[in-house]
Amino acid sequence: MNAIFETPLYPYTRHADQDAETPVRRKVVIVGAGPVGLAMALDLAQQGIEAVILDDNDKVSFGSRAICFAKRPLEILDRLGAGKPMVDKGVVWNLGKVFFDERKVYDFNLLPEEGHQFPAFINLQQYYFEQFLVDRLREIEAEGAPVELRGGSRVSSVEDKGDHVSLTVETPEGPYPLEADWLIACDGAGSPVRSMMGLDFVGRVFEDNFLIADVVMEADFPTERWFWFDPPFNRGQSALLHKQPDGVWRIDLQLGWDIDKEEEKKPENVIPRLKAMLGDDVDFELEWVSIYTFQCRRMEEFRHGRVLFAGDSAHQVSPFGARGANSGLQDVDNLGWKLKLVIDGTAPESFLDTYDVERVQGADENILNSSRSTDFITPKSETSRIFRDAVLDLSEHYEFARPLVNSGRLSVPCVHDGSPLNGVDALPGGPARTRPGAPCPDAPVGNGYLLAKLGGRFTVLTYEADAPDTFTAGPITAHRVALTAEDDTTGAIRERFVGTGGSAVYLIRPDQHVVARWDAFDPSAVADALKRASGQEV
Amino acid sequence: MADLTLTPNIPGGDDFYADLLAAHERLSKEESDAFNARLILILANHIGDREALSQALDAAKATD
Repeated sequence: MNAIFETPLYPYTRHADQDAETPVRRKVVIVGAGPVGLAMALDLAQQGIEAVILDDNDKVSFGSRAICFAKRPLEILDRLGAGKPMVDKGVVWNLGKVFFDERKVYDFNLLPEEGHQFPAFINLQQYYFEQFLVDRLREIEAEGAPVELRGGSRVSSVEDKGDHVSLTVETPEGPYPLEADWLIACDGAGSPVRSMMGLDFVGRVFEDNFLIADVVMEADFPTERWFWFDPPFNRGQSALLHKQPDGVWRIDLQLGWDIDKEEEKKPENVIPRLKAMLGDDVDFELEWVSIYTFQCRRMEEFRHGRVLFAGDSAHQVSPFGARGANSGLQDVDNLGWKLKLVIDGTAPESFLDTYDVERVQGADENILNSSRSTDFITPKSETSRIFRDAVLDLSEHYEFARPLVNSGRLSVPCVHDGSPLNGVDALPGGPARTRPGAPCPDAPVGNGYLLAKLGGRFTVLTYEADAPDTFTAGPITAHRVALTAEDDTTGAIRERFVGTGGSAVYLIRPDQHVVARWDAFDPSAVADALKRASGQEV
Repeated sequence: MADLTLTPNIPGGDDFYADLLAAHERLSKEESDAFNARLILILANHIGDREALSQALDAAKATD
């Protein structure tokens, strides 16, 4: 067992708030120090907003758990200063094999699009992911950012008082009261905050169990993703093998709903299955086994007054497509700058309802995609199975059927079509992928990359177009990033942002989604779009 | 987007129909079901037009 599980990273220590005469009021309290809570605190604290994380534990996640992190979350983490160490440690793979019944039906190379700073995804154990976030948090804390991580601190009551939230925090030395202007619940699928507030978690689609095993292979096994549909060693279910750092392989065996969890977890039951998967001649050591249960559902609303829900506390999906932790990080990306505008008094509180609108859209997209994957992997009717098997049979011989094989559609960011924050699309011949609401794709710019230049503020991006260096509408200032044809070393800017015309002007949000675009800079049009996107009266 | 063709369009229709039945000869019900599923997927891919495919799904639903 890896020692990283065992080491307290943020042990309980007594805090002055516990000895205060009257409850201390904090700006933002975050419940839960998982991937989402930690990233949320980094985002807020780096914008100068006081963020206090409360977690009942004091260690990183036990076992590998979430292990696949997609490009967009890595880009978000890079903005927070934590992306690069993750990519350095993580495993990047592009090759995969698909098996059906007893045979391999095809193999593939993902051939990711070029011109991005970050890979399409990495495999990295959740405990490393959390460790890197805690490292980064300590780094900005040392630089004076207003962030705190309180371990051994369990929230036992939550009450929304209208203009603040009142909490009780249980510690090894007893409870203390605490207040927060805003509370963000990042406390996972079983969210105690959600339960304490009596909120429901609706839309159950299906229930399933997965046996998750971390295996250390002694043989030289290729860095590929192997996926089995209905294999002889796990009839009627699926199996997945892929690589993590440190020579650890992750094996997921779908078990169905009606199983004896304790029985299935026993090594004498697990090892024969693994041998049937890997072959008798492969030596391996079982490092960690767990059974994971999932459901597909979401809260009806992610904002309840001064309490906001992010990550699994708000929405839960099947693991196919790695849409759990990845979508939680996109919640963070969406919420951080909006909360900053509201706390600064620049935008009204109702501006936070756009977090609900946009991330509910994201959650529904994730639930739809992961439900489709689950329906393909475990067909729910005889006809569904007949078509699924037909696709797999055809995929062995004909290329056309391979895109229909669905073992998970990798998490991609949501395009917020129809968002109330979007402005006009006035760029004739502009590419569809960068329409208003879309996240900006990365592209090489000179010797660097575009997204690193955009950073985390409102930006006016110009390509072969004039505009002022800064542009102000009310209390909000957008900064210009000016590109010329010379900066577009690979043609990716033209292809991804310009299209058929010769120039482009984009207004981009702090979370790097497009607000509006034009072929030339028009001050009154940009002012309108900037006001709308920052919650000001238009 | 092309409209779904719902007027006679296969030259030698009787021959095609005979070929279709012949392909199912000596197949079990299960094998026939699998054959039909493969055939639908192959034909759908050939058509490729999402609008025409949606119209085909609707046309197949209307049995009264």
